[in-house]
Amino acid sequence: MNNISKIETKALDLFYGHFQALKNIHVSIPPQKITAFIGPSGCGKSTLLRAYNRMNDLIKGVKVTGEVLLDGKNIYSSKMKLISLRKRVGMVFQRPNPFPISTYENVAFGPRIHGITNREQLDNIVETSLKATGMWKDVKDKLQISALALAPEQQQRLCISRLLAVEPEVLLMDEPCSALDPIATAKIEELILELKKCLTVVIVTHNMQQAARVSDYSAFMLLGDLVEFGETKEVFTNPKDKRTQDYITGRFG
Amino acid sequence: MKKPLSEKIIEGFIHISAAMAIVSLVLIFVFIGKEALPMLTSHEVREEVTVTQMVLPQSPEPGEPKEFSWQPVSRVPKYSLMPLFVGTVKVTVVALLFAIPLSIMAALFTSEFAPSWVRESIKPVIELLAGIPSVVLGFFALIVMATYIQNWFNMDFRLNTLTAGIALGLAVIPIVYTVSEDALSAVPQSYREGALALGATPWQTAWRVVLPSAAPGIFAACVLGFGRAIGETMIVLMASGNAPVMDLSIGYPFRSLSATIAAELGEVVRGSGHYHVLFFIGVLLFIFTFLINFSGQLFVDRLKEKMAGTK
Repeated sequence: MNNISKIETKALDLFYGHFQALKNIHVSIPPQKITAFIGPSGCGKSTLLRAYNRMNDLIKGVKVTGEVLLDGKNIYSSKMKLISLRKRVGMVFQRPNPFPISTYENVAFGPRIHGITNREQLDNIVETSLKATGMWKDVKDKLQISALALAPEQQQRLCISRLLAVEPEVLLMDEPCSALDPIATAKIEELILELKKCLTVVIVTHNMQQAARVSDYSAFMLLGDLVEFGETKEVFTNPKDKRTQDYITGRFG
Repeated sequence: MKKPLSEKIIEGFIHISAAMAIVSLVLIFVFIGKEALPMLTSHEVREEVTVTQMVLPQSPEPGEPKEFSWQPVSRVPKYSLMPLFVGTVKVTVVALLFAIPLSIMAALFTSEFAPSWVRESIKPVIELLAGIPSVVLGFFALIVMATYIQNWFNMDFRLNTLTAGIALGLAVIPIVYTVSEDALSAVPQSYREGALALGATPWQTAWRVVLPSAAPGIFAACVLGFGRAIGETMIVLMASGNAPVMDLSIGYPFRSLSATIAAELGEVVRGSGHYHVLFFIGVLLFIFTFLINFSGQLFVDRLKEKMAGTK
């Protein structure tokens, strides 16, 4: 396996009140690869994903112990600024969640809150970001129309563009295709493969074919434990753990 | 499928209740309109007062300078509505300028920043403010607020537009606050998550994402607040000084349209010109409120369409 890692998770425990959602997680996310978290509902894969940009902080009664190192720096240390962490580690959600403002303003939102006000510069960022997700030619004439008028697939692309506009290093995707139809899913997957050229991608998915199609590495989780982690090919064709094999072959889940 | 009888009875009852609300609204308008109509049709009434006299400046005696004056029971009755209109607009503007920013900020605080126990105690308390009878607010303004405001701002008059406006604002706050707070709380959590995940601070999230997303509801809240402010009578009657002065300064006493009706209708000679003028004022108030509500609703609809991108 890779020696360098973008995100190193060390002995991570996470509690929702008294319920332990993550148990002693050790995993290294390699840079500029796609890593998939798979496992049945409630196994903690989304929780682990949300631990990487501290979105779990929003939930009441969450307690985290252990370390998550982003480029070697613990994101749970008091020195880590939440704002800059989330700028570096962006997140795509299950349901596309564009803001009810224009397409342009959606993409410009990130750069604006991080202090860019120059109109020309914003125009450039919006164009680059929309081009990166392949939707520029479809929306360039309706940038001022509300983003909610876009089709779901375009909305999800827009959400990705919106993240790219703040130039993140890591993209966390929480079942980004679960609200989309199969054709739209295929297109978003294509985009994800495209994105790994410059980004580290971590994707949570319910869909094992999707994990097999897009990911380089896979982590199988069960009841808060990380059962197995390895190259996707290995995990899917030659799982070392019995439970992984049972899940992959469809015996439960 | 045939509906059971009980179902029919309940449905009928609901229909009648809904119809009653509309019918009574129409009837109110019809009866007030009926009393105001002689202003335009009756020859006798027009001898006494015309619409022109109510709108344009008049000379009280031939040769004297023209002026706007409301003195319906003087030797030469003067019926200019302009001082009353200016007074109403003045106090409404002051009340809304005071109440709207305060209410929206309070709503934003409770929905976005306050810990839940604060939120659960502030909201009912502000809503309780809506239950205070306006005569109590008026009394408070007249006895307590007026003294302080006069001292703080060094005003010539104890009862003035600022005092009445702030007192009126107190009556407007609960409405604007409650409706705005509901609108803010109804903003999907996913918008907040999306903004925070981009590295927005909670304040940026609240100000740039949540507030704009709730804009239609907040605007509707402001329209409701306006309706309350322009129609409110008792607070203005007690705290305004009731002098129909034609002046734009907020340091002066004034008299509002609604307070004029309340103060004078009890003593007016039935069927006189003065009597019909008071009903005419009632119709004007009705029309103002209706127009503002109607255009407000149109604006809210357009805003919603714009946000949904369906237009």
